[in-house]
Amino acid sequence: MSDRPIIRVQHIVKSFGNVMAVNDVSFDVRPGEIFAFLGPNGAGKTTTIKMLTTLLRPTTGSLELDGLDPTTHQTEVRKRFGVVFQDPSLDSDLTAWENMDIHGVLYHVPRHARRERGEVLLRMFELWERRDGLVKTFSGGMKRRLEIARGLLHTPKVLFLDEPTLGLDPQSRNQMWTHVRGLRATEGVTVFLTTHYMDEADRVADRIAVIDHGRLVATGSSAELKTQTGADSLEAAFLALTGTTIRDESATAADQMRQVARVWRR
Amino acid sequence: MNVIFILWLREVKKYKRSRVQIVASLGAPLMYLGVLGFGHGPVFQRAGQGSYLQFMAPGVIGMTVLFTAMFSGFAMLLDRQFGFLKETLVAPVPRLAIMIGRTLGGATVAVLQGTLIFVATLIAGFRPVSLLAVPLAFLVIALIAVVFAALATAIGSTLKEMQGFQMVMNFLVMPIFFLSGALYPLLGLPRVLAALTRLDPLTYGVDGMRGLLIGNAHFGVAFDVAVLLGVGVLFVAAGAWRFSKIEA
Repeated sequence: MSDRPIIRVQHIVKSFGNVMAVNDVSFDVRPGEIFAFLGPNGAGKTTTIKMLTTLLRPTTGSLELDGLDPTTHQTEVRKRFGVVFQDPSLDSDLTAWENMDIHGVLYHVPRHARRERGEVLLRMFELWERRDGLVKTFSGGMKRRLEIARGLLHTPKVLFLDEPTLGLDPQSRNQMWTHVRGLRATEGVTVFLTTHYMDEADRVADRIAVIDHGRLVATGSSAELKTQTGADSLEAAFLALTGTTIRDESATAADQMRQVARVWRR
Repeated sequence: MNVIFILWLREVKKYKRSRVQIVASLGAPLMYLGVLGFGHGPVFQRAGQGSYLQFMAPGVIGMTVLFTAMFSGFAMLLDRQFGFLKETLVAPVPRLAIMIGRTLGGATVAVLQGTLIFVATLIAGFRPVSLLAVPLAFLVIALIAVVFAALATAIGSTLKEMQGFQMVMNFLVMPIFFLSGALYPLLGLPRVLAALTRLDPLTYGVDGMRGLLIGNAHFGVAFDVAVLLGVGVLFVAAGAWRFSKIEA
């Protein structure tokens, strides 16, 4: 494996009107590492993921994923990553297998490979027995696992996980991270995840970048961040870096819809 | 091609599985057919216009197709933020293929619903003048479905909030239905109303079906089909354009 970073972000800025969602952020992610983006709500984590996954264009600055610019080589970049969004993106009226299969078609995975790799992944994420079950009958943890399995079907080089454990119970969260760590051993995939759970970043990530108010305030391993701030836990280091003020975000249209969607799903 | 096919297939599969939705969405058209069809029947007859059921059956079919097709736009709004649509937006395939697959899927579902209502009208006593014209009528139904599924895609791609859809229902879908002449003849309308009905694409759909099924078209079937084709091209282009602008 070369030393070239798989993700390179240099001085990116993203503004919405006069709000700076991401303000001059730079970092590298090495191939095969688990990289955590840690920050309070509204810090700019999701915006950064959206830029790396070709859904948003940065206002200024440059991005690279596997040596390619997501803004100019959209299709090529899209083949190289898998992504699990913060909000579910499964079709709950279809079965687990159908969700996998459509993904395979969208990513031009040949039929026999869809079948073989689909089975390997569903077994890995303990969903093979439920492959013909409708997704709407699945628990939150099962849905998340299915999304990750699906995101890996086209053998991406990078897997983005945006708050993958949000809303899961401790057992499911624990199981999720066991799976994610197992992935590196079996797949060699680079994992880029965001979370605001300190203990999770501490447990699974090789390196952590702390982001707040759209700015990167620190990068390093969990141990390095603790040394840097003189804190005895990552949580204390996090608070030392980002302050203790509570972030009140105003609700956006997406938040309101999230509310409606929740009611609809019942 | 594969991409378009699988996204189309997805819509059809979902439709087949949603028994409750199928039954629920047949409620309104059946009520119009039953209550208005038989309720207005005697008045219509006395006015010398013949059977009201014969007259309004194509209108109710058009209504079903309109409502079903427009509903696919509402589904899309949720799907974009909390559903499968987002997954398709980051896939390495052209947005146009996704939009076409989705829109054709929505249109197909609308045609299937229209078919169910067509059968219901036959049971209620509707008799097409010529059986040969029925396949042609389905061509018109398919055109109506594509026109409004594309419009729904354009709206579903543009709206940001659920409340917006209520507006669309009240200020767009209902007027399209009521102005289409689905429930009344286009002959001898007050000038303003006549002008408005001419701006409504569904008018030509209902009129085309009437021409084929009961031999009574106001504009003529060829003209109706030409208008539907033109509007169809326009709306599909608008839908594709709006869809390409979605920022997730």
